[in-house]
Amino acid sequence: MAAYLKLDHISKTFRRGSSETEVLRDINLVINEGEIVSMIGHSGCGKSTLLNLIAGLIPVTTGAVLLEDREVNAPGPERAVVFQNHSLLPWLTVYDNVALAVDKVFGSSKSRSERRQWILHNLDLVQMAHAKDKRPSEISGGMKQRVGIARALAIEPKILLLDEPFGALDALTRAHLQDSVMQIHATLKNTMIMITHDVDEAVLLSDRIVMMTNGPSATIGDVLSVNLARPRKRLELVADPDYIAAREAVLKFLYERHRFVEAA
Amino acid sequence: MSLAALKPKADHSVTKGQAQVIALKPATSSARRQKLVRMARTFAANVLPPLICAGVIFLIWQIAFGRPGATLPSPLTVWREAQDLIVDPFFRNGPQDIGLGWRTLTSLQRVGIGFGFAAIVGILVGAVIGQSIWAMRGLDPIFQILRTVPPLAWLPISLAAFRDSQPSAIFVIFITSIWPILINTAVGVRNIPQDYRNVAEVLRLNHFEFFWKIMLPSAAPYIFTGLRIGIGLAWLAIVAAEMLTGGVGIGFFIWDAWNSSRLPDIVVALFYIGIVGFVLDRIVGAIGSLVSRGTSAS
Repeated sequence: MAAYLKLDHISKTFRRGSSETEVLRDINLVINEGEIVSMIGHSGCGKSTLLNLIAGLIPVTTGAVLLEDREVNAPGPERAVVFQNHSLLPWLTVYDNVALAVDKVFGSSKSRSERRQWILHNLDLVQMAHAKDKRPSEISGGMKQRVGIARALAIEPKILLLDEPFGALDALTRAHLQDSVMQIHATLKNTMIMITHDVDEAVLLSDRIVMMTNGPSATIGDVLSVNLARPRKRLELVADPDYIAAREAVLKFLYERHRFVEAA
Repeated sequence: MSLAALKPKADHSVTKGQAQVIALKPATSSARRQKLVRMARTFAANVLPPLICAGVIFLIWQIAFGRPGATLPSPLTVWREAQDLIVDPFFRNGPQDIGLGWRTLTSLQRVGIGFGFAAIVGILVGAVIGQSIWAMRGLDPIFQILRTVPPLAWLPISLAAFRDSQPSAIFVIFITSIWPILINTAVGVRNIPQDYRNVAEVLRLNHFEFFWKIMLPSAAPYIFTGLRIGIGLAWLAIVAAEMLTGGVGIGFFIWDAWNSSRLPDIVVALFYIGIVGFVLDRIVGAIGSLVSRGTSAS
């Protein structure tokens, strides 16, 4: 498979006054179309920075992000982001939040009724069509995140970037949303990059797990392929030897080889 | 032990539930009556205290200035001598003998024009300044100084510039009320969460779309705080400006009444000014809470 997204020798240095901090160094990664790749690492290892670099929200210091062999250095709708804290606009209803994105991206290519159908279709995809007239303050955290995913999906991105999308949710809601993400991926076959803190989440969802070393100057420590057949069922996997092995590998990486010293 | 204690309790709740079901039908009309009583009670609780206080103040005022030879008119004197002004705000007996309602409307028109310009310019310039850290650093101290200049201090300058009283008065309104609008808008724009900016960037909203769809709603609570302070200042300034520029407004009326020693008329005019100022403030406040209900709810 051809390289879909390529991270080519990326490094990122933040400057504040005279002091410089190198957050990321020499990141190389190739992501194929339709893959789910998660990035895991201790806090402060620059995972979110890397995602923001791919999204184009902050510029790279050296290296390049290549999407289908074209360099990207500004944000754009072909790389949709699902933000950690949902980032829905509180003055708009659920429907209007998705409509803001759809009208902007498909305003000229789809008719009004087609756009309406499309918005409702995407809300349906995350099972939120029933709450389309509610405001974000009137729905739960998990529902907000669902709407955030619908908004990102609705602009038909080439890559969906998820920045710890379920980090702020309770375990049960998180499991629900993980199942939804797997279902959506099974239907749409979209490419996703997800940042997570959660080892189980990484193993359950991803085709590959990118493990980051500790910062500063963090880089990719190891990449683990998760060879589990899809569709994956959370209950059946609990006793699956491949699942257990993958889980163990990630845990060993995080707690033996790259223990987070400051956390101790 | 605990089981035995539970059982009678459960039985009790069941019988209670049944009793309620039977009692439901007559309950509807009495519920409506209860609702009416409750509404009347909240109405009384909110309206009676200010009425009583106003009554007490009028009484003290009457006692203090009711004796013959008092320097200021008592409430009864005001009622006797300025009855025409109080009873009919909209009479027209001649070019200079018109009801206070007309005069207030003239003043309101001036305030409307001056404040309208101040709102438009203040929000636009405030949005630009809020977007740029350097504009903020450079201009904020200047605005902070200009905003403390009293309204009337602008009047000679604007009279010199416009050479006419009408645009001068409007300019004074404008320059008085623009600062809080401008400064608050800039702060509101500064405080737009980075998340919303990221959303706008990912969607590639252009400047106009960003201003209209993200900036205005997000900064609305700040903007309306500025507008509310601004309309209060504008109303303060109009009276002072009209006193000096003349014309038809309520401010000039006070000055005219003072020159012809009609103190009761001045008292009536003060009530007009106070009530109109209060209503203006409430209107802007109400629009603000209506517009920004989504933003503040998050």
